Amino acid sequence: MSVEIVPIGDSAITITFGNEIDESTHHQINQFLQNFRRNKIDGVIECVPTYTSIAIFYDPAKIEFSQLVKNIYSIYESPMESSPQRPIVYRIPVYYGGESGPDLRFVAEFNNISEQEVINLHSDREYLIYMIGFVPGFPYLGGLNKKIAAPRLEKPRATIAAGSVGIGGNQTGIYPTEVPSGWRIIGITPLSLFDIKNDKPSQLSAGNYVTFFPVNYEEFLTIKECVATKKYEVLTYKKGAEKT
Amino acid sequence: MSTPIFKVIKPGLQTTVQDLGRYGFREYGVSPSGAMDTYSLQMGNLLVGNDLGEAGLEAPLIGPVLLALHDVSIAICGGNLSPKINEQEVPLWKSIFIQKGQILSFGEVKEGVRSYICIAGGINVPLVLNSKSTYLTGKFGGFEGRALKEGDTLYGNPFIKRNRQLHANLIPKYTNPLTVRFIAGPHKDKFTSLGIETFLNEEYFISPKSSRMGFQLTGPIIEHSSPADIISDAIPLGGIQVPANGQPIILMAEHQTTGGYSRIGTVISTDIPLLAQALPGTKIRFKAISLQSAQNLLIECRKQIKCLYWFSRS
Repeated sequence: MSVEIVPIGDSAITITFGNEIDESTHHQINQFLQNFRRNKIDGVIECVPTYTSIAIFYDPAKIEFSQLVKNIYSIYESPMESSPQRPIVYRIPVYYGGESGPDLRFVAEFNNISEQEVINLHSDREYLIYMIGFVPGFPYLGGLNKKIAAPRLEKPRATIAAGSVGIGGNQTGIYPTEVPSGWRIIGITPLSLFDIKNDKPSQLSAGNYVTFFPVNYEEFLTIKECVATKKYEVLTYKKGAEKT
Repeated sequence: MSTPIFKVIKPGLQTTVQDLGRYGFREYGVSPSGAMDTYSLQMGNLLVGNDLGEAGLEAPLIGPVLLALHDVSIAICGGNLSPKINEQEVPLWKSIFIQKGQILSFGEVKEGVRSYICIAGGINVPLVLNSKSTYLTGKFGGFEGRALKEGDTLYGNPFIKRNRQLHANLIPKYTNPLTVRFIAGPHKDKFTSLGIETFLNEEYFISPKSSRMGFQLTGPIIEHSSPADIISDAIPLGGIQVPANGQPIILMAEHQTTGGYSRIGTVISTDIPLLAQALPGTKIRFKAISLQSAQNLLIECRKQIKCLYWFSRS
């Protein structure tokens, strides 16, 4: 295995780890990134992990391209100093259906199953966060059950509520902020996943996982209230560990 | 201490507070945003005695009408939108004094697109994720996360800085046609050799559908060799995307952090400020240069700005 490094303009490079979206490529990306960041190379501004690659933004006045490439190869080829961190699984409460999940029925009818089955199949697994992008805090999640895949709307909605959970083709995701969207909206989470007041504005980050669990309307309101008063902490567990 | 400095009488087309951008949050989907033309913003700051990265107002095409609430020095740089104080034309690229009660306004577009209004002492808006830049799509940063509106009041720590003028050699010329230099890649293999040749030899026009996010161009179709789209990856400022329709889009200050269109090249950093001043309809020619030359230009340009800054401080 080797990686390909190409410049993207005069102040960034892309390191490509593969050409398929799969978990093993992503684990490599994650592992490399942990190692790379531990090295704290002077002149590196920020790193953006995506499906099959990492972009590294740097200041060419502080580090030369050739030096950066050398550093990358040496980090890539060196053995891991310590075992990689276990990913975190974020448990996301979702109020499915109702006014804030207007397309739940469509997704059920399109797949010839009941609404309850859609909810069960959506909330029965851990989804890998491949990357955050498109809009602030939006996670690109992998691993949607094909039985609940659904085509996008022909005409996107001009705006959907923050927290909306949707399905677009073979993907599912959460919209942390109010944006236009063509995805089928099946529910809403009371969590606030993007907050500019935090040093790390997005709760979620690439390499971790999310899992959904259904809540009823009363629970939704209670959690929302607690979130607003900062009394709610997102439930998490380490990947592979027992759910708490 | 914060003093009211300007009241917005008319907001203009899309006047926003911008600094040099918001870095370190791209991995969370946050666009760097910031001034489209960072050169003009920095020169404006230099002329009024601010730090180079202080926030100023970015005003495209139709400038605002602002009532001065305090005596202060300002500098207007970048696009020439015929700035006036109490109906008297005032020069660009020079520190000018505006008295409490006077009105700063703008008129016809003479040259360029975006005027930068830098105010001695800066603009007091909260730092959001380490930057004062307005991120319109994210609805945060700058003045309440939006463009200015009638009735808004801008606060700052005003002072007077007289008689500073930029040497004529340092004032950029906005030309049409404009040659934009780029570094090839990263998705060269997504295009046929004919496609690449077309891109290199033909002319493209900036479409009116351009915004702070990106400039859409129209011109001869750039041919793809395989499916036009890629597995979404991270995109840099100046990235030249080519969707399946073969019409390029150049990503500007408020670009999305990731995207799924193949990219034929990336505009070099030193040419972004000039491109930012190109009106819709401007004819663009692309010229490939090496990574090394682009980086030399960037380092040289930054050195020059830093020298000017230290000189102005001594």
